[in-house]
Amino acid sequence: MPAPVVNVVFAGLGGQGAIKASDILADAAFRAGFDVKKAEVHGMSQRGGSVTSDVRYGAEVLSPMIPRGQADFLVVLEPSEIEVNRPNLKAGGVLIPPDAVAEAALPNRRSLNVALLGALAARLDLADEHWLAAIRAALPERLHELNEKAFRLGKGSVP
Amino acid sequence: MERRLLSGDEAVAAAALDAGVHLGTGYPGTPSTEILEAFDALGGRAQWAPNEKVALEVGLGAAFGGARALVTMKHVGVNVAADPLFTAAYTGVSGGLVVVAADDPGMASSQNEQDSRRYAVAAGLPCLEPSDSQEAYDLLLAAFELSGRWQLPVLFRMTTRVCHGKSIVTRRAPVTPAAPAFRRDIPGRVMIPAYARPAHVRLRQKLKALSAFADGSPLNVWREGSAALGVIATGVAARHAREAAPHAALLELKTIHPLPLEKLRAFAASVDRCVVVEEGDPIVAEACLAAGIRVEGKGEPFRFGELDVERVRRILTRDDGPEAPLPRGKPPQLCEACPYHPVYATLRKLDCIVAGDIGCYTLGVLPPYQGMDTCVAMGASLGVGLGLRHVLPEADARRVVSLIGDSTFVHTGLNGLVEMIYNPPATGHVLIVLDNGTTAMTGQQEHPGTGRRLDHQATTRLSIEGLARALGVPNVDVVDPVADPAGFEALLSDRLARRQLSVIVSRRPCILAAADIRGYERQNAASAAACAACKEG
Ligand SMILES: Cc1ncc(C[n+]2csc(CCOP(=O)(O)OP(=O)(O)O)c2C)c(N)n1
Ligand code: SF4
Repeated sequence: MPAPVVNVVFAGLGGQGAIKASDILADAAFRAGFDVKKAEVHGMSQRGGSVTSDVRYGAEVLSPMIPRGQADFLVVLEPSEIEVNRPNLKAGGVLIPPDAVAEAALPNRRSLNVALLGALAARLDLADEHWLAAIRAALPERLHELNEKAFRLGKGSVP
Repeated sequence: MERRLLSGDEAVAAAALDAGVHLGTGYPGTPSTEILEAFDALGGRAQWAPNEKVALEVGLGAAFGGARALVTMKHVGVNVAADPLFTAAYTGVSGGLVVVAADDPGMASSQNEQDSRRYAVAAGLPCLEPSDSQEAYDLLLAAFELSGRWQLPVLFRMTTRVCHGKSIVTRRAPVTPAAPAFRRDIPGRVMIPAYARPAHVRLRQKLKALSAFADGSPLNVWREGSAALGVIATGVAARHAREAAPHAALLELKTIHPLPLEKLRAFAASVDRCVVVEEGDPIVAEACLAAGIRVEGKGEPFRFGELDVERVRRILTRDDGPEAPLPRGKPPQLCEACPYHPVYATLRKLDCIVAGDIGCYTLGVLPPYQGMDTCVAMGASLGVGLGLRHVLPEADARRVVSLIGDSTFVHTGLNGLVEMIYNPPATGHVLIVLDNGTTAMTGQQEHPGTGRRLDHQATTRLSIEGLARALGVPNVDVVDPVADPAGFEALLSDRLARRQLSVIVSRRPCILAAADIRGYERQNAASAAACAACKEG
């Protein structure tokens, strides 16, 4: 049997940072030494339409797309996008909904994507150094502190 | 060597840099747009052309001059560039020319799902297709080698998943190709019939040699597996196939044209059952069957949309039954503060018949406006609007308006404007150019009307209103529909009532691009001032 691949689907509306979050996870897994593939469709998504992005990592990843019903995690940034995307989750897969992190506690509403990554990180086996390096590489320097704070907040939200 | 996580588009840009490409040109189009942007960011010389035909011609000229040129476009762009493409197969090139055609099976952001591989067959061009970012990198290098060796343009087919998917890429040491130089070759480059006839024969000879090359090429990967099932797969579908049928024998095809027919024959003969898995049209399957190679193609339902692991599994088990519909999320919409809102509100109020075009503004077709009656191809709004004006009863003809974006106007609307003044309808006509100062749809690229090049540096600005006046259009106006919606409505009603030709330039920047545009303008003004000061001093 091939080694298991970790499958994470990100979903949200255009402009909310779902794709950015998926980029950060893909980069963190890459930094941790895994084979990684990421697939997304971002055609008209700028105009507030639905977006999803698949990240898969493990010893060897073949297809870049997560087969329906095989996601280990589903990270959703927009409440209205939960139900359409739920069929992506496998039985026993974990949903990380937008209210997984209390909005009021966020340093900034726009950092919800990174906060939810924190909540995801608490359940994955990737070292913090890789996450933080990926966050820094993906965002301009003036946003580093704020997003690192959001990441820690998200991570701390998981008991 | 350096390993990085790159999208297919970024991998192509990196390969272009490492192949020593002298010039990259193209026209934006999802999913190909990011290639030239990334090439520019890496320090390559990249520029946007007004449309794909011009881009290809610029690339061809560079390659005639001995340079390596990369030309990028989406699949429908190849239709625009098709005229020079076919004859460029006859002339061939001296340096290297690779044309990226990015297909969009499933139409994530396109008006059709045509299969660019057909162009390779029709024009007689070598065609390669990668399945992920590493292959996009490796095969682009191979494409330049092929182009140089056979002196032919190479068509490089990509698809949305490969362009926008990310995977790990290891780069190779860069090469420095020969420096551009002019070498006169009149019979090879001037396609009058006397020279074109032998050129066609030469092309067919090259393709024969290329077909032998494909048969021996290590680019096509033969993976041993069970003798019960063999899969021939192309592009990203090869990745799906390995996951869907890990035990099957697999032939991953990268040389799509000419096909390695003898290798395909041997592969098919080595298994009990052989299935071809490809996105788009059943091109490889048909070619195999025509050559007497015993393969099965995919079922008809799989001609539509993208493939994935589940769909490949169905192809392999010959399951053509109904599929679970894809989840439909929220469709994209015009941004809340988009400058197009007052335009559509007015068109609706005045009950116009709108011959539309392609861009962000096409979203005006959705409720609440339902403000577009036709949308076919870039630039078509003019011709279609004129055709309607010519034949409709007068009362309806006078309601017809052509509606086009600024980038689309420069792309191919210009030709339609010439038609408008040459064959004006009896009722006149009204063209509205939605000038939002950018190519918004594809992610805010510059175009000749913005007065800035791909890298946002200043260049000569094409004046849309100046052009319309120069062509002799009697009524040319520029309005800001957001600042003065009542003025816009009054103007449009007046122009619709005249039996004359009118062009209305509706000018207001895209709300998402406005801040960046101001930034570029400031920067360019500052460097112009510095430049002037330097000249004075
Ligand atoms: C032949 C062809 N090339 C490229 C595209 C991709 N494309 C669609 S619309 C568009 C341009 C849109 O720009 P503009 O006309 O300025 O309208 P906006 O999006 O700014 O509203 C492009 C590049 C296409 N559909 N067809
Ligand atoms: S991106 Fe610009 S042009 Fe497109 S809908 Fe938004 S504001 Fe309008």
